Amino acid sequence: MTDLTATSVQRADAVPVRARFPVHIAVFLAPALAIYTLFSIYPLIDTIRLSLYAGDETGARSFVGFQNFQTLLGDPNWSGHFWNALRNNLIFFAIHMVVQNGIGLGLAMLLSLPRLAGGSVYRTLIFLPTMLSVVIIGFIWQLILNPLWGIAPSLLKAVGLGSLFGPWLGQESTALLTVSLISVWQFVGIPMMLIYAALLNIPDDLLDAATVDGAGPFSVFWFVRLPLILPTLGVVSILTFVANFNAFDLIYAIKGALAGPNFSTDILGTFFYRTFFGFQLQVGSPTMGAAVATAMLIIILIGVLIYLFGVQRRLQRHTF
Amino acid sequence: MNVRPGRIAVHIGLILYTILALGPIVLILINAFKTRRAIFADPLGLPNGQTFTSIGFDRVFANADFGLYFFNSLTVTIVSLVLIVLIGAMAAWALTEYKFPGNTLIGLYLAIGIMVPIRLGSVSILRMMVELNLVNTLTALILVYVAQGLPLAILILGEFIQQIPKDLRDAARCDGVSEYRIFFSIILPLISPAIATVAVFTMVPVWNDLWFPLILAPGDGKQTITLGVQQFIGQYVTDWNAVLASLTLAIAPVLVLYLLFSRYLVRGLTAGAVK
Repeated sequence: MTDLTATSVQRADAVPVRARFPVHIAVFLAPALAIYTLFSIYPLIDTIRLSLYAGDETGARSFVGFQNFQTLLGDPNWSGHFWNALRNNLIFFAIHMVVQNGIGLGLAMLLSLPRLAGGSVYRTLIFLPTMLSVVIIGFIWQLILNPLWGIAPSLLKAVGLGSLFGPWLGQESTALLTVSLISVWQFVGIPMMLIYAALLNIPDDLLDAATVDGAGPFSVFWFVRLPLILPTLGVVSILTFVANFNAFDLIYAIKGALAGPNFSTDILGTFFYRTFFGFQLQVGSPTMGAAVATAMLIIILIGVLIYLFGVQRRLQRHTF
Repeated sequence: MNVRPGRIAVHIGLILYTILALGPIVLILINAFKTRRAIFADPLGLPNGQTFTSIGFDRVFANADFGLYFFNSLTVTIVSLVLIVLIGAMAAWALTEYKFPGNTLIGLYLAIGIMVPIRLGSVSILRMMVELNLVNTLTALILVYVAQGLPLAILILGEFIQQIPKDLRDAARCDGVSEYRIFFSIILPLISPAIATVAVFTMVPVWNDLWFPLILAPGDGKQTITLGVQQFIGQYVTDWNAVLASLTLAIAPVLVLYLLFSRYLVRGLTAGAVK
């Protein structure tokens, strides 16, 4: 039956059949491509297009070329906030890279010890905060660090560090660090899990061979395990980068759209939101918002390209 | 039993970190059931006969429609997940099973969405939703979340479909079964284990998202639970009982689900990382 149709079709018009796109493949692909293109790719491209326009009060839009970007980077009313947000975002990212991924690596090392009792219980519990909404986490820490409640100072006093306490979220000098550490606290589970999985993948023979050759635990870590999980550390870094430069929820929940005090916790996500929707006396501007979004897109693309061509290519993937 | 001192140090380290990870959450949960006086006088104590109260919860239920918000979140998350898995599996199947011109190109095109956050297109997404009259509807959220979740789901499901033995589909093809039936009756039931993995990467971000509910559906009783809590706490900042109760209500369902399904979620996460 199948044979018959195949030959008859071939005889009738062999060339057109080969050129025609098989219908069932199109049917399988169409819904995904349609939704993805309409609600993901098209808005991104349209945002880039909008960033080249300016709107007036009547809603009419006119093409202005790169003027929005000149305003963003050059106009004193804008550039100060933009560079401030970018700088804060870089600090936010640096703290995540060092503290979050450092603790994640440490925990993964401990959890991957052979025959560790209760390993899965630790993993499950330490990963728990990651599952909760950033908004909830923000409010929880806001309450705990609230000097009114006083639980943080009394806990610090119990370990003899009472004098260190201050209104960390309210001071310009400490707010960004505090917010970053709250985010680190929540998301440490992700690098932990990814690195843990990579460590498990290293065959025991390799570690045994190194030990037999006289390598101590430190050498085994530094010369055998670390090089082997470098690709995973690369993935963790780029995931952290994209997530950090896209962050918004935590700052918005704790500090509101104004990212206070005095914009000291302002990052690109909150800056984008304020530009788009406006705040206090300033009216929101979709076209300037689009320009900020495009700038963020460029920053993220630069990061991804550095990773793809600078980092990932150099890291040899080891398969066993 | 032979216990090495090194191992004890490891356990102490892990237990201390676990306390650090869970402490803040436990603190919220226990204080939500205490009177205002007890919250301040003895924040670390468990609620007892004297300090127990449900006044915070009464106030939350009286002033906010948490049942509705919860239902909104549930609807958005489940409909999004079903669509992502179904549509994603169809695309993943087409891309892994058939050789056709443009296969690699479509794969790369879909991969853009893994790295580039859809959030950056918000200006245009809002414009579109206004034109389509979808502002303050759950449909708007579902469409955006499906578009956001598809790329990663297609990647994960594609890897999973590759592992399904070829014999099954070849046998079906010999019997003259159509490609559609092969997918819906043979492949789709077989990928159900991968749904747990897809769920980790799609359901959790959707349930927890604040950005798109804030922009696309901030009112009209279409708030999700995350946005509902955010708005509620904004209004009742000084009412500690109500704030703690609303946080507890937002945490509890996730906590229960996580503890029930954590084994699958954690397995999905580590399995996804292996590749």
